[in-house]
Amino acid sequence: MSIEIRNIAKRFGNFTALDHINLEVKTGELLALLGPSGCGKTTLLRIIAGLEAPDDGQILFHGEDTTEKHVRERNVGFVFQHYALFRHMTVFENVAFGLRVRPKETRPSDAEIKRKVHELLNLVQLDWLADRYPAQLSGGQRQRIALARALAVEPKVLLLDEPFGALDTKVRKELRRWLRRLHDEMHITSVFVTHDQEEALEVADRVVVMNKGKIEQLGSPSDVYDKPATPFVYQFLGDVNLFQSRVHEGWAHVGDARFAAPQGQTDQAVVYVRPHEIDVSREGGAGALSGVISHVRLLGATVRLEVDVAGQDAVEVELTRERYLQGDWKVAETVYLLPREARVYVPSAAEWTDGGGI
Amino acid sequence: MNTLALLQSAWPYLLKGTGYTLLFAVGAMVGGLLVGALLAVLRLSGIKALQWPAALYVSAMRGTPLLVQIFIIYYGLPAIGIQFEPITAGILALSLNTGAYVSETMRGAINGVDRGQWEAAFSQGMGRWQTLHYIVWPQALRLAVPSLSNSLISLIKDTSLVSVIAVTELMLATKEVISTTFQPFPLYVAAAAIYWCLSLIFEQVQRLLERRLGRTLARQP
Repeated sequence: MSIEIRNIAKRFGNFTALDHINLEVKTGELLALLGPSGCGKTTLLRIIAGLEAPDDGQILFHGEDTTEKHVRERNVGFVFQHYALFRHMTVFENVAFGLRVRPKETRPSDAEIKRKVHELLNLVQLDWLADRYPAQLSGGQRQRIALARALAVEPKVLLLDEPFGALDTKVRKELRRWLRRLHDEMHITSVFVTHDQEEALEVADRVVVMNKGKIEQLGSPSDVYDKPATPFVYQFLGDVNLFQSRVHEGWAHVGDARFAAPQGQTDQAVVYVRPHEIDVSREGGAGALSGVISHVRLLGATVRLEVDVAGQDAVEVELTRERYLQGDWKVAETVYLLPREARVYVPSAAEWTDGGGI
Repeated sequence: MNTLALLQSAWPYLLKGTGYTLLFAVGAMVGGLLVGALLAVLRLSGIKALQWPAALYVSAMRGTPLLVQIFIIYYGLPAIGIQFEPITAGILALSLNTGAYVSETMRGAINGVDRGQWEAAFSQGMGRWQTLHYIVWPQALRLAVPSLSNSLISLIKDTSLVSVIAVTELMLATKEVISTTFQPFPLYVAAAAIYWCLSLIFEQVQRLLERRLGRTLARQP
């Protein structure tokens, strides 16, 4: 079942949540809507579900216009960030209830419902909790029950609103891998919303990066990570250092370093460098930036140096633990930074350039 | 006549009065819950033509003395050809009055149930009434019990006002005994004690209900 989103717009008062979005979700794919809070991703998901009405535009399920249909007629499975399990019902009843309240003609028999619910509870590996109440479960368990409940009504589309947002890191990682495996088995067209770029890149077939009610980029995880279409995408998909620079004869200059710059109207440019794409050394050389280490942060497998560079914001450099130990870097010593990779953005230029440092 | 002997001889009258008081209280509780539920549903219907009269009704019932309402129903309505027996009039007045308070409690409790519960039910294919009936109301009831009990326990005491329309409930029974024995102090104290005992019984019922309903909500999600 494909979903076509045509020219969808939504405003809340003066705030533009969605600015005429066009998007197609392909049959059987797992699509991530990724962006910071307030970018419109959840609103878009809720409009697809029918929980919110758009001001303009259409939603088509498999070519059929469903814009005017009530959520209960759309046959979507919806998983909420805060689970929204029916608190007064057992786990079994939570999953069964959507089937139980169907009109007589379409309602499965009790035995059929029982079989189906246990099948789903087995799928989410929680059959042993069938008689518990939601309040007696952990967050991760509740979210898996919520997923079983969403699947019970045999939805044509599965929609997940920050499904792992309320869980701690470890459970979140487990659950997202599990969701990916589940999707590989079931192939139900799915859209999930997240603000966690790691989650989107790891789980999704395709990622939609959103900002301020617009789509910044749509592509496979490696597309958006390796070929970010805009500075926003680049900054959102990982930590990044920004260098303010001036363009002179096609090169953006940062201190003694220079980077190939695209043609622009002004001589202003911003150079983006990821913290792990910078080499540190004690000897200066062509194109190196000098600075003073102000902080050393041990983050487990990696170590971050914060380096003060004249005329720039503090620069973050990420080293592996071995490199850090070999270098024996200390606070207050002067070092030279050599970016291996950089991206140059000239605000007025339409595109941006991959520049190697020289 | 000493106090003990007085109470012994007054006892049958007071007991009969207590019976009527209970009849009013329980009758008006049932009636009040029905009226309250109806009003709450009207106010949550989303239809202006229903919401507006319901809101007006609640405001009027809460904004006028119960005593005046009882007079209107028993002495006023016959003027336009509607006449009730004293007991019916009493239960009706108390139900209509309590219903106004109960409806506000119910409305608040229904609104207090997380919006996500409605949305989850809708996405499961349930309709508005199904959702209200099976999903929202059972949860709202738990939220409503303390405040509902408040209204219903007040109701027990409010039944004393029905004595003005010549129903020999506890209050009027006490007065009648006093008018023949001229011993107001021990008899009024006895009446107060009986009202209190009735309230205590209903408090116990409330506690039981809260425990039963609260079982599944032991831990907040």
